[in-house]
Amino acid sequence: MTDQISTDTIIRARGLKRTFKTRGGMVEAVKGIDLTVERGRIVGFLGPNGAGKSTTLKMLVTLLTPTEGQATVVGCDLRNDPVGVRRRIGYVAQNGTTSPEAKVGLEIVSHAELYGIPRAEARRRGEELLGAFDLDGVWTRTCGSLSGGQRRRLDIVMGLIHRPELVFLDEPSTGLDPQSRANLWSHIRGVRDRLGTTVFLTTHYMDEADSLSDNLLVIDHGKIVAEGTSADLKSRVRGDAMTLTLRSPDQMPGAVAVAQAVAGAGNVQSEGNVLRFQAPNGAMVLPGLIRDLGAAGIEPIGAEVARPTLEDVFLTLTGRSLRD
Amino acid sequence: MTVLRDTWIVFKRAMLLSLQNPAWVIIGLIQPILYIVLFGPLLTQMANVPGFPPGNAWNVFVPGILVQLGIFGGAFVGFGIISEWRSGVIDRMMVTPAARSALIAGRVLRDVVVLLVQSVVLIAVAIGFGLDVPVSALLLALVLVTLLGAAFSALSYAAGLALKSEDALAPLLNTLALPIVLLSGILLPMSMAPMWLQHVSDVVPFKHMVDALRAIFQGQIWVASVGIGFGLAFVFAILCLWLGTQVFRSQTR
Ligand SMILES: Nc1ncnc2c1ncn2[C@@H]1O[C@H](COP(=O)(O)OP(=O)(O)O)[C@@H](O)[C@H]1O
Ligand SMILES: [Mg+2]
Repeated sequence: MTDQISTDTIIRARGLKRTFKTRGGMVEAVKGIDLTVERGRIVGFLGPNGAGKSTTLKMLVTLLTPTEGQATVVGCDLRNDPVGVRRRIGYVAQNGTTSPEAKVGLEIVSHAELYGIPRAEARRRGEELLGAFDLDGVWTRTCGSLSGGQRRRLDIVMGLIHRPELVFLDEPSTGLDPQSRANLWSHIRGVRDRLGTTVFLTTHYMDEADSLSDNLLVIDHGKIVAEGTSADLKSRVRGDAMTLTLRSPDQMPGAVAVAQAVAGAGNVQSEGNVLRFQAPNGAMVLPGLIRDLGAAGIEPIGAEVARPTLEDVFLTLTGRSLRD
Repeated sequence: MTVLRDTWIVFKRAMLLSLQNPAWVIIGLIQPILYIVLFGPLLTQMANVPGFPPGNAWNVFVPGILVQLGIFGGAFVGFGIISEWRSGVIDRMMVTPAARSALIAGRVLRDVVVLLVQSVVLIAVAIGFGLDVPVSALLLALVLVTLLGAAFSALSYAAGLALKSEDALAPLLNTLALPIVLLSGILLPMSMAPMWLQHVSDVVPFKHMVDALRAIFQGQIWVASVGIGFGLAFVFAILCLWLGTQVFRSQTR
């Protein structure tokens, strides 16, 4: 083999494309994606609705054949050895994994059996995983009787029952209340920290991507538009958001002049007695800024430096808000 | 052999889900009984009408009801696969190493088992009312019900999974059901129909299956109509199972 893949690479995709034929014509859902995921990471695949996240995921888990391109997932070729891929990965779809009428135990055991795990072992693993996900005592309940957060955690238990090296989670926390989301996040971190499973998750929530992932892939209109750690991506935004509150609006013209003189300053905006602008390394700029304002006879009564959010990153990269 | 193992796993899950709902089980058993009790006596009154086959009227009536049970016991299972698909169960099973054919075969097997239990109940009640045929005829009837049930259940799963919408599946089934019932002589033998209607019904394969079973229930086994009816049922079942597997496979295309 000339194309050496690092032993630490668990997903390597090149030129993945997927078009759908619809009545309205061809839809290019994914337009050629390259991605590399390292073992042991939590990777967030971030993008607005319709960006092509689920379609990419379905290709990587053998649910959709790529129109073009290739990928190796946990050492198996997607096209030549789909069964090999299936044995080694877990997948939790956006719309769930269980029948509402089925008992939890039935779903877990029958799912495990499809991987060749004997009943007794399936039950033992199932109970253990349910315990780890704070789902003790639900074995004989129907899946539909669980709360939204519990049902989602059960989905993840289903996806982990055969101890895959890599698990795909499609929009794990969509539709959950804030408390259940935070709880789910700590469980997802636990999957990587305690089980050592690589996690590849999609989300259209900035906070989810920010708080969970070691690495981020940002997708928009079927193409990856940025890649890196959340800190990397944020450093691409022009700078930190600086906010100064002045004693009186009369001081604004002088303050604007001082702000514009700051190295790398941009997007200077004033509104009443509040001055906003962006500057790289805001925290280091601030002391000098206040000194210069003082020299001009202006005394701010408030100052704030905010790190850019992923929301700002997305806006900078695509010119659109993630919520559009 | 993993296909058989996977089929068994899918069957067990589906069967346990069915048994879990006692109301459904009871309705499934009561329906065939109602047919015998409420419709049978009406039909036996017609035994003297010209064109009605000679002999015990129950032996004419029960084959039609059994074929109907085979067709409609399987025809509506497609609604179930749509809701399973919607809740993510189908995709979840598709990402396991399980054989695609097992995912449909296990479900079809569940439907066939349910159907056979219903058929046995129906036959037992009919015997109480006056059905009088040898055990061998009853066994052949169960074979035919199995073939028909498997075929329609596979066909319905294929249609459900291809359409993924109850609103599209319901009109399709209704459109097919009416001509099948009217033209296959399920309720009344087509021998009572005018010639033109008999010719139309000749192209409906299910009419030949009813005819085959009626012949068997009249004590004739080694006649052409039996071979034709069972042959058609067998070919039809193979075709439908193949189609169903193709639709399951095409889900990942
Ligand atoms: N089966 C399909 N047939 C036609 N179009 C599809 C299909 N699946 C997805 N799409 C389209 O592809 C695009 C990407 O969809 P998807 O991957 O589901 O996005 P995301 O998961 O990022 O919200 C959307 O425009 C969607 O309408
Ligand atoms: Mg999606």
